Amino acid sequence: MNLHEYQARDILRRHGIPVPPEEVGETPEQVRAIAQRLGGRVVVKAQVHAGGRGKAGGVKLAKDPVEAGEHAARILGMSIKGLVVRRVLVAPAAEIASESYVGIIVDRAAQRPVLMVSPAGGIDIEEVAAQTPEKIHRLAVDPRYGLLAHQSLGLALKLYRDMPQARAAGDIMQRLYAAFYAVGASLMEINPLVTTPDGAVAALDAKIVIDDNELDRHPEIAALRDPSDEAPSEVQARKAGLTFIKLEGSVGCCVNGAGLAMATMDLVKYYGGEPANFLDIGGSSNPQKVVDALRIITADPSVRSILFNIFGGITRCDDVANGIVQATQQFPLTVALVIRLTGTNEALAIQILTQAGFSALTDMDEAVKQAVAKARAEGRAA
Amino acid sequence: MSVFVDQETRLLVQGITGRDGSFHTRQMIGYGTKVVAGVTPGKGGQVFDGVVPVFDTVADAVRETRANASVIYVPAAVAASAIFEAADAGIALIVCITEGIPVLDVTRVLPYLHEHGARLVGPNCPGLISPSKSKVGIIPGNICRPGRIGVVSRSGTLTYEIVHQLSTHGLGQSTCIGIGGDPLIGTSFIHCLSAFQADSETDAVVMIGEIGGTGEQQAAEFVQTGMTKPVVGFIAGQTAPPGRRMGHAGAIISGSSGTAAEKMAAFSRAGISVMKRPADVVPLLQERL
Repeated sequence: MNLHEYQARDILRRHGIPVPPEEVGETPEQVRAIAQRLGGRVVVKAQVHAGGRGKAGGVKLAKDPVEAGEHAARILGMSIKGLVVRRVLVAPAAEIASESYVGIIVDRAAQRPVLMVSPAGGIDIEEVAAQTPEKIHRLAVDPRYGLLAHQSLGLALKLYRDMPQARAAGDIMQRLYAAFYAVGASLMEINPLVTTPDGAVAALDAKIVIDDNELDRHPEIAALRDPSDEAPSEVQARKAGLTFIKLEGSVGCCVNGAGLAMATMDLVKYYGGEPANFLDIGGSSNPQKVVDALRIITADPSVRSILFNIFGGITRCDDVANGIVQATQQFPLTVALVIRLTGTNEALAIQILTQAGFSALTDMDEAVKQAVAKARAEGRAA
Repeated sequence: MSVFVDQETRLLVQGITGRDGSFHTRQMIGYGTKVVAGVTPGKGGQVFDGVVPVFDTVADAVRETRANASVIYVPAAVAASAIFEAADAGIALIVCITEGIPVLDVTRVLPYLHEHGARLVGPNCPGLISPSKSKVGIIPGNICRPGRIGVVSRSGTLTYEIVHQLSTHGLGQSTCIGIGGDPLIGTSFIHCLSAFQADSETDAVVMIGEIGGTGEQQAAEFVQTGMTKPVVGFIAGQTAPPGRRMGHAGAIISGSSGTAAEKMAAFSRAGISVMKRPADVVPLLQERL
């Protein structure tokens, strides 16, 4: 789960990392008033879950409250990578002497949290990694002992020659590492970590991604979720216990298991179609999940055919068949349905479907071919 | 011989009295796996289905039954704790089926396992099966046939699909291993490939990967330098958008890395036959055998 910058700054501040104060506004009037309180010269920043906010015109410096209000009027409602800006963060404009980068990720190859620092701050770290990889310093932390003091100071000295500044940066790294485990993050970034002309070190921007699997044990973090930044269909799916990702194609897919769901999408493409979504109904499926899944898929106007691909293991084919029948009793299907199921209780499932007037296939390739052909035929008719 | 499990496997089930644990324990016993003990704290002294003694702790179970492998079906919040307990009791093979374990829990579990000399398969995996010998986990036994193909995969149902293709075309399996769909896992592709290379009952290997991470690329390097047996590979997620988790916590293209194209290219360079779709597995294997 992605956090907004203002939420991330708040978490860092609560862990003792120096972050300038900020307030969040939803109207130009609010922003003008906030700017007034913060001393006039402020930065106005769009709060959306997208990188490249600055390049998109979503981050602006204002010399006074009136200009802050004008910037807010332009930024609020603007769309950045398809996401509409509903809130802006307003913070005092800082005098910056230098910008660097500090981040922590869980490195899959090292199987440990890895601290990354770079004196090239203020730009996307992936860009730094691609163009000047020598400017990134990495340290895999042994989670048994945590980040040791000499390690953080050693990394800080790659950023600052001045010892008091290096000590301050080392302390920030210690606090960032503690915060990482405390909130269950999978990524934390301070970019930029700045020095001001008077020598202070502070975090001017923060990005935090939380491991979804941690949300149950951190209800206060789970409460920070912003559903307006997700497609409504994805919010609906999450509530129904389904994993759903909206895509741009016309073949709606309903599959059990994430790997098979991906392979099904790939096969749709292989046979010349485009998948409309990724949808995994999960392992121990009950008919209701299938009903919910069909409701979500059919709500997408670009769907021209629906493909079921079920390999019954724990998932019982008859559960899925019953779900399909129940769904079609609750709402009409206006597009073609192609059903492939094989495995646990396959014969029973086929019997249930046949009685309800559906036919079912057992071969995956054949089913995908038919679903693609039907989507194409419907597309021409529409 | 087979890989990691065989007739000598004496299995303990952690979470044996739960919904999933009890269902799959019956399936495993029905398949012929020697399930010697179960553990559910608070239910020690019970006997599951009249045949499997239940203990409060793994240490008790190991002392009484000499269990040497454990399979874990407990909820995600306590799964890391269950792994620690199994390792501490001296279990050598720990198979964690549970999905949804926080990744930071796993960062603490892995060094502990290393210190205790235990192997973890998973988490978030379907387990493993040596057809007609032993099944540990949830892979449906009825789709497998004994034979000489090793299968290793990050996925569950996609593995069943491909195993089903193999079985219906007369290509039985020596062992099928699901290593799990999480970003951090205890047993890698390389561990499994190296075991299959050493296994006298395996002639060729099918490797099923997906987007996210670099496990497949590292495995490809291993195949090139450390394997003489033919390998056929598949990567799921060619049409996955970047930055989105495709169901599995580990199936995500981060920035521009971890794409299917990059992994398939690494396979090709290493001499692995690349399947374009699951149905390619049989013809590609037949070419290589």
